[in-house]
Amino acid sequence: MNWNLFVSELVAGTVHGCVYALIALGYSMVYGILKLLNFAHGDVYMVGSFIGFGILTVFGGATALSIPIWLLLVIMFAAAMLGGGLLGVGIERFAYRRLRDAPRIAPLITALGVSFFLENAALLIVGAEYQSFNSFSWNPNSSGVGQLWAIGITLPGNVRLSLAQMIVIAGTVVLMLALTYFVGRTQLGRAMRAVSFDRQAADMMGIDVNRVIAVTFFVGSALAGAAAIFNGIVYQQVWAYMGFQAGLKGFTAAVIGGIGNLPGAVLGGLLLGLAESFTQGYVSTTFSDAMVFVILIAVMIFRPNGLIGKPALAKV
Amino acid sequence: MATGDSEAAPTTQPAIGVDEWVASHDARRDRGVGPVGTAQRAVDRVPKLGWYVAFTLAAAMVPLVTSNGYIIRVGFDTLIYMLLALGLNIVVGFAGLLDLGYVAFFGFGAYGYAMLSSSQFHQRWPTVSVLILVTLATAALGFIVALPSRRLIGDYLAIVTLFFGQLFVTVTNNGDRITILGFTRGYNITNGPNGIADVAPFSIFGHQLETLESYYYVALIFFLVVLSAVYLVNNSRTGRSWRSIREDSLAAELMGMPVNRLKLYAFAFGAGVAGLTGTLFASLNTAVFSSDFDTPTLITVYAILILGGAGSLGGVILGALVVNVTLEVLRTPNHATWIFFTLILATLIAKLRPWWVLGAVIVSTFVLGLVVNAVVTAINAEWASGHGAVRGELGRWLDRFLPIPPDPMKVGNWAFIALVAGVLALTVVRTLWRNLLLPVVLYLAIYAWDARLAFEPSITRLIMIGVILIVLMNARPQGLLGETRVEIV
Repeated sequence: MNWNLFVSELVAGTVHGCVYALIALGYSMVYGILKLLNFAHGDVYMVGSFIGFGILTVFGGATALSIPIWLLLVIMFAAAMLGGGLLGVGIERFAYRRLRDAPRIAPLITALGVSFFLENAALLIVGAEYQSFNSFSWNPNSSGVGQLWAIGITLPGNVRLSLAQMIVIAGTVVLMLALTYFVGRTQLGRAMRAVSFDRQAADMMGIDVNRVIAVTFFVGSALAGAAAIFNGIVYQQVWAYMGFQAGLKGFTAAVIGGIGNLPGAVLGGLLLGLAESFTQGYVSTTFSDAMVFVILIAVMIFRPNGLIGKPALAKV
Repeated sequence: MATGDSEAAPTTQPAIGVDEWVASHDARRDRGVGPVGTAQRAVDRVPKLGWYVAFTLAAAMVPLVTSNGYIIRVGFDTLIYMLLALGLNIVVGFAGLLDLGYVAFFGFGAYGYAMLSSSQFHQRWPTVSVLILVTLATAALGFIVALPSRRLIGDYLAIVTLFFGQLFVTVTNNGDRITILGFTRGYNITNGPNGIADVAPFSIFGHQLETLESYYYVALIFFLVVLSAVYLVNNSRTGRSWRSIREDSLAAELMGMPVNRLKLYAFAFGAGVAGLTGTLFASLNTAVFSSDFDTPTLITVYAILILGGAGSLGGVILGALVVNVTLEVLRTPNHATWIFFTLILATLIAKLRPWWVLGAVIVSTFVLGLVVNAVVTAINAEWASGHGAVRGELGRWLDRFLPIPPDPMKVGNWAFIALVAGVLALTVVRTLWRNLLLPVVLYLAIYAWDARLAFEPSITRLIMIGVILIVLMNARPQGLLGETRVEIV
């Protein structure tokens, strides 16, 4: 057995899966609370990427950084998460709020419209070219290989796990722990679960439903912003239409894990990342999407509520 | 005051908001007021069939009154969109299923026709048999795609179909080297991004269709046939079941309807219509490319359906006309500018009462423009030395109000972002603040248009489609001709 190929696909799949998982979490949270597939979520992720890229440009660009890398990363994360979160709250406030009690199809089509609007507005503003984070050359002191990729450890099979990849994996774990704490232990998280369980009853119990939904959108979209920066430092490229593909993968992951279920979203994301990278490594690079589609269909047939989702009770 | 009136003369209108007023709402709406009401009643008196006949006659006249190839081509494209929207109407409008892979079926039909009638596989099948075969095959494909999302809960269906649509583009785009799990050599099925070229024209009963006019008429005949079929199905037992599923699928199931099977039928029917449309599209263009079947086409068809009113057949015709003709006009920046300004003015006239508020808003927009331009020029004349995208007399006129720098892109982008923020702010503030904010937003709109949007007509078209979807869904979800749906709580 070729250990090198196996371990490197494992690493690549895990890292990519972390990005998918963070996007899927946003979908799942919004779905859990509004029963709405927020198609615009992928585009929030795209906007987050461009916020990160903008910060990089402000501080001198990849090859001539004016501040230490750690500080740059902190600013990038703060800006992308805040910007993404606010964008999510704005989308909810202006596009979805009025449609909360409309027939199911109305907010879905609005979400498509928002997604299409954001994509093309981005195309207008930043242009159609690919931009690159170029994190390989991040080094404030001298040119050459950046510290993010120079530091790292060697895994079995002679595969390198670089600092950039470690940041993604560790960052995802931290964000997930924080989210688990937030949803499970805090007052607001409890309110969120209550609204998700029964919005009207929660309203009668004195929970400010609008505020809770806004917070949900903020947290979910902030996670997409974080995912965008992770994607930027590992995969470099950003462009105006990147949100569509990422969004598609994100909610496929959410559905595979069980939509509305947060651990499920993470599991689905990791599974998707691994499936993709093993397909690319062992079968064919062009048809990894087809493999993901096969998995999606298989899950729909054999476990329609997702891998760890509970069967939904239809309330009449 | 209102209560005083109603006490004095009980026969006049009841006060707004009381029970009698609410109860008489339908009658009041049906009656209409003023010239609009009169026109409304005149329109309502024409039987529905009359409208279809009038449309058919008007559409059939187009190639007779003009020999301009461009106009006929736009007409053909509009008919294609009408056919697509008809098919989607069955799925979304009648059965209430969200099909986001719809254009993939359109593409499947186009590729199906192209493969059987081109040099790609050196096939040249008789047109009629290809049409029947491709339509049935696309319908079968639709059936298979919808099958796994077992109970066809709206959201799962949306995901599966969206993914399917994306996969279709990926596969056709990479279809020039398809291998079976990487073990065999690469087969060229779809010729990849280069598309399949030299697709043969339709040949019906021995006549080759060569001219654009003949294609136009074939498209019109297709449209009428599909329209009649959809009309008949909609008024049949199946059509009634579809509507009942859309309104309340649980109740429909309890009434003994085979809900899943009916949904699959609707889905397959819609897919079949899209496949048939695809054959027509492929043969006129004499080539197919995977990029024609991507998201922008999907969103455009949705915009048509939503604008016209999902579930309404007349709405499909109207929606396709409005959307496609508008998009065509938007190709030329100067025409687009006129549409843009007329649209803004029409909205203002319709929304702003009384008239002096409208006048004040317009005048203050002009004054604001003059002031801003004067201030910017006084600070640095360089900043106002550029020109916007609008040319001609109107462009020179706009230059007096808009301080456009030599490189307008950056400022235009900020103006666009500020415009979006301003429009959003308008939707939440109260009357007085709205009237104060309006001139600023109007000015931003004109600025963003001249400095940025009109430079990029192709992107502006797409942005507008997105806006149409969002605004319509929030303001008038039933579209232009759809009926208001009563939600039973």
